Amino acid sequence: MQVGAWEAFLLIVNRELSLSFRRPEQLLQPLVFFLIVTTLFPLGLSLQLSLLRDISPGVLWTAALLSSLLSLDSLFKSDADDGTLEQLSLCGQGLTLIVVAKTGAHWLVTGAALVVVSPLVATALGIPVAAFATMMLSLALGTVTLSWLGAIGAGLTIGLRRGNVLLSLIVLPLATPLLIFGAAATERAISGTSAVGPLYFLAALCVFTCTLAPLAATAALRITLE
Amino acid sequence: MNSASDGLSVEKVHVWRGERHVLKGLSIAVRTRELLHISGPNGTGKTTLLRVASGLLRPEQGTVAWLGQPILSVRAQYQAQMAYSSHEPALKSDLTALENLRFAVGLKRRVTIQELREVLERTGVGAVADLPTRVLSAGQRRRVALARVLAMHATLWLLDEPYSNLDAAGTELMSGLLQAHVAAGGVAVVVAHHALALDCNVRRLELN
Repeated sequence: MQVGAWEAFLLIVNRELSLSFRRPEQLLQPLVFFLIVTTLFPLGLSLQLSLLRDISPGVLWTAALLSSLLSLDSLFKSDADDGTLEQLSLCGQGLTLIVVAKTGAHWLVTGAALVVVSPLVATALGIPVAAFATMMLSLALGTVTLSWLGAIGAGLTIGLRRGNVLLSLIVLPLATPLLIFGAAATERAISGTSAVGPLYFLAALCVFTCTLAPLAATAALRITLE
Repeated sequence: MNSASDGLSVEKVHVWRGERHVLKGLSIAVRTRELLHISGPNGTGKTTLLRVASGLLRPEQGTVAWLGQPILSVRAQYQAQMAYSSHEPALKSDLTALENLRFAVGLKRRVTIQELREVLERTGVGAVADLPTRVLSAGQRRRVALARVLAMHATLWLLDEPYSNLDAAGTELMSGLLQAHVAAGGVAVVVAHHALALDCNVRRLELN
């Protein structure tokens, strides 16, 4: 009996999550990096809280961006190395479904986890509690977009030996709007003004990548699989 | 039955790998209840031919057809009826043998855990079904990969070096399964270096 698309989607997400939890150190690495970078900043700066508040949105977003990059190259590469990606691509479900499921699961263990720990980091950076909701929303939108940009980059760089350097070069320029609007949203939330403008931009980027990036990532993967 | 609409046919395929012309207008046809044994020295394009047949590799020229239809136009149906096994076992080393099978076979057809255990039992790795495949020997991993092919219930088997790392009993098991598959109306394409002692309709193709 044929397996439905939704069933297959859940099975792949289940597979990805099982694999992630078998390797907790790989799961924690980006999060620990995020925590270390953001908590080192207040220690390295002078004890002026006002200065810290001014730069905290930028620090938070830069750290989030870089820590997401750390985990990106494993998105397709480990499956490509052991041959399971070939098996997946021949499973009769269509490559796009596989790409969507894998990227979604990847966001759950990296992006969503980052959003969850961000209040902890925000406290260390002196961001007021009133700004947490906006900050977390902006991070959620930003990390989803980043996962999709990363999926395209990861698909293109599978076959390369030192692919992660090239991956950063591909993804970072595309991710700069996220940094600008994400930091702007957080900054406005801290100063108490409306953050709706930058949030709309982040949401637009998120929708844009969610709709078109799966196709681009599938195409990239198909090229490198051959 | 019309021969063109039966089984697998590869027609005049050309594949270049960079500057190298690996497959030069090769044609093969394998019908129901037939096994094609591909052999030849290293680097003559045996694996490439199998990858072309599976649809993983698109040839620069020529077509691959399954039941008379080009596989590109019936990709989903073709993949549902085909089981491909590369020369590496393609298992996740962190997952158990059973989980590996569940995630690979479960995408092709609905399958129960009990059924997968029985298949693993049949290929002689039932006792290690709940161990991560990282701790299995190369031969045991090969048997798990064989169980995956078996559990897919596919009509067409494309196997690359299925005999590698197998012991004498494993070789016998593999041959028995191939015979049973072909006898039950299946089609098989097998890449192997040594001669196959099979009691079924075997055709040979020597690449050089």
